[in-house]
Amino acid sequence: MVNDRPGEGPTLTREAVLAALEAVKDPEIPTVSIVDMGMVYEVRVDGDTVEVAFAPTFVGCPALHVMEREIVERVQALGARHVSVRRVYWPPWTSDRMNERARQALRELGIAPPQPASREITMVLFEGLACPFCGSKDTQMENLFGPTSCRALFYCNACRQPFEAFKPL
Amino acid sequence: MGNPSRMSEPLREALGSLLLAMADDEVLLGHRDAEWVGHAPILEADIAMASIAQDEIGHAILWYSLLHELGWPDPDRMAYFRDPPEFRNATLVELPRGDWAFTVVRQFLFDYAEKVRLEALMASAYRPLAEAAAKVRREETYHLMHSRAWVVRLGDATEESHRRMQAALDLAWPHALGLFEPAPGEDLRVAEGIQPPEAELRARWEAEVRPILEAASLVVPEAEPIDGGRKGQHTEHLAALLADFQLVARSGVGETW
Repeated sequence: MVNDRPGEGPTLTREAVLAALEAVKDPEIPTVSIVDMGMVYEVRVDGDTVEVAFAPTFVGCPALHVMEREIVERVQALGARHVSVRRVYWPPWTSDRMNERARQALRELGIAPPQPASREITMVLFEGLACPFCGSKDTQMENLFGPTSCRALFYCNACRQPFEAFKPL
Repeated sequence: MGNPSRMSEPLREALGSLLLAMADDEVLLGHRDAEWVGHAPILEADIAMASIAQDEIGHAILWYSLLHELGWPDPDRMAYFRDPPEFRNATLVELPRGDWAFTVVRQFLFDYAEKVRLEALMASAYRPLAEAAAKVRREETYHLMHSRAWVVRLGDATEESHRRMQAALDLAWPHALGLFEPAPGEDLRVAEGIQPPEAELRARWEAEVRPILEAASLVVPEAEPIDGGRKGQHTEHLAALLADFQLVARSGVGETW
């Protein structure tokens, strides 16, 4: 990992960079790291130069710039002199890339994690979604669109709570 | 094909004119959609329009970015510092937002046109475009579900909703056909495998939208396309739109926000 003892330069490794990127969160989902979201496709380290390949969830997400700036700051803090973030669209980011830690963190925020996106995305996919608060599947979709591009609005008939769901993409 | 520096000048121009048309369509429709924020008929629709507007503008930035890689100015300059004759959007997207029925019909016609275009471009020989098209196509699924649901709901809900929807379709249809006016350089793009001919896209689009419109009890008008947008010929509405859209950027040139 990072060696920051005086007199010795920190060791830049791919693992160290990935560990540092664990601290970068989507400001609209502040408990989930971009690594757990599956948005970091590749990290290349060459001496003191680091390139991070970074995939947007939704292309129009206004938080992309914030995350990219933070990637640069975190990697520079490891001692990298040249840090670049390459935005990639291939293969397209899909919500299936989110790991279990990300899904659990979403539930804790009151956001239902996305259903598998490998199935065709139709209204059927939104039936019987488990409520993140009480777990009931007696829920209904209220709006395909929500406070951010990646979220839809639902209502739980069992605990009578509105909740959000991350859209399968 | 993926490296702009190895492209011939005519091919670069031809590819650029397609990207420019796509970017201009999206940025202006995004602006028109955003005009509904705070004004939509129900809160859910208001939130939806805000989200759709954000998506369209995001997609516009992506197309402008690909254009920038080909040597055009950066996305902000393209969006905020060009005048009406320099825009290459179809006239459909510059028309005023109208009533809710017009908004629904325009979005529906546009979303399906974008769908068939993106699906074709996923096989484009220009790799950066094919990759971006695949990404955007996934997102568009939500727009399609939304606009189709509204068309079906309002098409034959009440006498008034039907009347408004039919009037909206009569107005929007010939402008929507203008989405398939080929941007300059089509022959070269087709020959190089960048895109199929626009006429083919239009046929695929009609095959998708006509059955849905008919199911919604709406009659597709007999009309000739209103072309010209891809050559910079616009309605008077574009100047008014841009005066609003570009006002802030132009009143503080060089400012950092």
